[in-house]
Amino acid sequence: MKSNLKRIINQKLISIVGVSLAIFIDLLLSKLMASWSYSWLPVQASSAAPYVDNLFAFETGIGTFIFLGCSGVIGWVLIFNRAPKYDESFGEPIEGNTNLEIVWTVIPLLLVIAIAIYSTNINSTLKNLGSKSKYDPQKDLIQNSELGQNISDAPIDVIARQWNWEFVYPEGFSSSELHLPINNKINFRLISKDVLHGFYIPAFRLKQDIIPGSIIEYSLTPTRAGVYRLRDSMFSGTYFSENQTNVIVESKDSYQNWIHKTVKKVPVNGLNQAGILYKKRLEKGDRGWATVPPNPPPMVNEPGDYQQPHEG
Amino acid sequence: MTITNYDERVLKASHPVPGAPNNWRRFFGFNTDAKVIGIQYIVTALFFLLLGGLLGMLIRGELITPPSDLFDPSVYNGLYTMHGTVMLFLFLFPVLSGLTNLLVPPMIGAPDMAFPKLNALAFWLVPVFSIVLLASFFVPGGPASSGWWSYPPVSIQNPLGHFLNGQMLWIVAIGLSGVSSIIGALNFVTTIIQMRAPGMGFFKMPIFIWTVLAAQILQLLGLPALTGGAIMLFFDLNFGTSFFNPETGGDPVLFQHFFWFYSHPAVYVMVLPVFGIFSELFPAYSRKPLFGYKFVAVASFGITILSLVVWVHHMFYTGTPMWMRNLFMFTTMLIAVPTGVKVFAWIATLWGGNLRLNTPMLFCLGGLFNFIFGGITGVMLATVPIDIHVGNTYFVVAHFHYIIFNTIAFGIFAGIYHWFPKFTGRMFYEGLGKVHFALTFIGATLNWLPLHWAGLLGMPRRVASYDPEFAIWNVIASIGAFMLGVASIPFILNMVSSWSRGKKAPPNPWGAIGLEWLLPSPPPHENFEDDIPTVLNEPYNYGLNKPFVFDEEFYISKALNDS
Repeated sequence: MKSNLKRIINQKLISIVGVSLAIFIDLLLSKLMASWSYSWLPVQASSAAPYVDNLFAFETGIGTFIFLGCSGVIGWVLIFNRAPKYDESFGEPIEGNTNLEIVWTVIPLLLVIAIAIYSTNINSTLKNLGSKSKYDPQKDLIQNSELGQNISDAPIDVIARQWNWEFVYPEGFSSSELHLPINNKINFRLISKDVLHGFYIPAFRLKQDIIPGSIIEYSLTPTRAGVYRLRDSMFSGTYFSENQTNVIVESKDSYQNWIHKTVKKVPVNGLNQAGILYKKRLEKGDRGWATVPPNPPPMVNEPGDYQQPHEG
Repeated sequence: MTITNYDERVLKASHPVPGAPNNWRRFFGFNTDAKVIGIQYIVTALFFLLLGGLLGMLIRGELITPPSDLFDPSVYNGLYTMHGTVMLFLFLFPVLSGLTNLLVPPMIGAPDMAFPKLNALAFWLVPVFSIVLLASFFVPGGPASSGWWSYPPVSIQNPLGHFLNGQMLWIVAIGLSGVSSIIGALNFVTTIIQMRAPGMGFFKMPIFIWTVLAAQILQLLGLPALTGGAIMLFFDLNFGTSFFNPETGGDPVLFQHFFWFYSHPAVYVMVLPVFGIFSELFPAYSRKPLFGYKFVAVASFGITILSLVVWVHHMFYTGTPMWMRNLFMFTTMLIAVPTGVKVFAWIATLWGGNLRLNTPMLFCLGGLFNFIFGGITGVMLATVPIDIHVGNTYFVVAHFHYIIFNTIAFGIFAGIYHWFPKFTGRMFYEGLGKVHFALTFIGATLNWLPLHWAGLLGMPRRVASYDPEFAIWNVIASIGAFMLGVASIPFILNMVSSWSRGKKAPPNPWGAIGLEWLLPSPPPHENFEDDIPTVLNEPYNYGLNKPFVFDEEFYISKALNDS
């Protein structure tokens, strides 16, 4: 009798130690996965990026813990609870456990509330970093900005078409590439001339749909010099995937130099990937399914260099 | 007991006559028997799974290299649009209607559906709208190519200007599919509420019935919004109205609300019955009661209610105000709670069981494993700042394929294998089934796991070409996709040869509990006919010595004698 009790206590002890060990390993792996998750994302090139990446790492950690926990149990039963061939006998007839049900309702509930509050806070931070609202023509263009010393508060117009990008600078010239000064809050007006487009720069972790019929005010702060891709992220028709260009983030001085140089340049045809492909298609006898013809490239002072290597 | 001297007319009977030669022609006509309609739905849908899979493999063929070199981009856009449309409206909805038709009447002890003629009408609309949709491949200008969302203004551009165009046929097909689904939903809801066996109160229904009820109520609530949006889109496209056309004062974002008000719940319409299948199969193959039956049952309706108030999470970056983003982020994340209740209940059901790893159980376990993963990436996507980065990228594509194929289609395969003996009267070949599972699991993982990283790095979805830095993920994905194509071979071989010459199935080959298992395999035309059992308990009392129905022995021996 006594030895029996001892055995039960021993078994309990072993299972408590085992479960604690499993939870410890799970926590360790989740922590590792969370720190590893930063490497799955492009370089951080805007003031928004670190916030997004931290949140992603946080959720990767929680997600890994839950995933490994659940699949660990599934793996365990697959190894230890398999029926021998032709054995159709019953398992332990456990119908349920109300306490356990309450635990696994309340814990996930608290968890998602925590994630939601954390994300709501980041939302308001991001809103302060770069606001977004429908453009009101009545409003004065020059706004007081909340962050950084500004070269110019006047917005750069981002004009999206099927299928090219045009950036019209307040200094009165236009470009097929988006040049931005580092560590300055830049204001944009996002304009679509035809269908929905998406203004998406993965290295900035920012994306905003451009909606024909309304002008959207947008702002962001680049924080890292380099060349990054700007991609159309909302499906916009046949040559959607070609509708991308480069964003060049540079120091204040070289940005100023670029402006002075470009203002004086004679306008030429802008970047026109879709047009080149459409011309090839026509040469081959216009085969394929119906498409609207691409818009002719806008006349720009800076056609840019699409082939320039980019990071992220 | 084989009848040798039968009346010639039984060959033309619209239902099988015991002992007489099987009248296979009944599967090709306007038949009102839910069991015939169920098989009609499933076989039609599986044919379209092959077609949708072929389109998917063409997509992966194009994407195995960065430039757009296999097709013209206009063709690529048409292919991916049709891939999504075929898979959702021609495969997933019909195959689930099929399983629901087969299972609902026997599981609740009803002789047939409440409205058999409407039931047949709902099915026969499937070939009609399928033909309309597929005809769009042959109209001038090709099929719809604006994605399965058909967001205006791209969808109303109509480059050739013809009245008859691919996009227009697409809208007509979707409208008819909605009509078919509404008829089906009315029928399922009425049948479940009105025609249950004596004693089968709501809390004695199988979970599959709970989830079907939750899903079909969702259809009734959501579909009118989509249908209304589709009709307005049709008018904008063909008659120049301006509901959504910004050039004449319309609002393109309004369509997105109409679309997602239905199309987000639509995912739950598809996943709920699969949760039902999991809840039936895990207890049967673990030889244990379902853990927390009432919680699992009620959680289905928690999901139904929440899923109606989450649609704006598809529009976090379309100019939605911040308070709305925060609100819909929160409601979306809340869905994790009732879903978590189910997942934990299934895992607790497995715990301490006596697991039989045959083909249906393997598909269930694979589906559960994938669903946990897809659920976690779902919460990530609900998080506004993360969604602003990964929304409209391959991360989303990878996530929803983890739900829609790696969970829902896995559950459907599990259901097909599990109930195959019941409705065909034949056993399937276990070896081929396991080969099918292995190829499907490995292929699906290779196909969709790597694409998460492509999306995190910023590869937009729906692209015909991409920058070379994404190549590695796409090569692996394409290999996985072709493997899934190969996986269809053992499946087709198994289904065809087992149905024609498989071993005869006993009434209850898995030792499962449920009214359908008290019937002969295949069940007679009107299931229990005049001897409808009285239900005493819920159907999960494995090893509990609680009788499921009154006088169970009578039904067991009757089923054995009639087989």
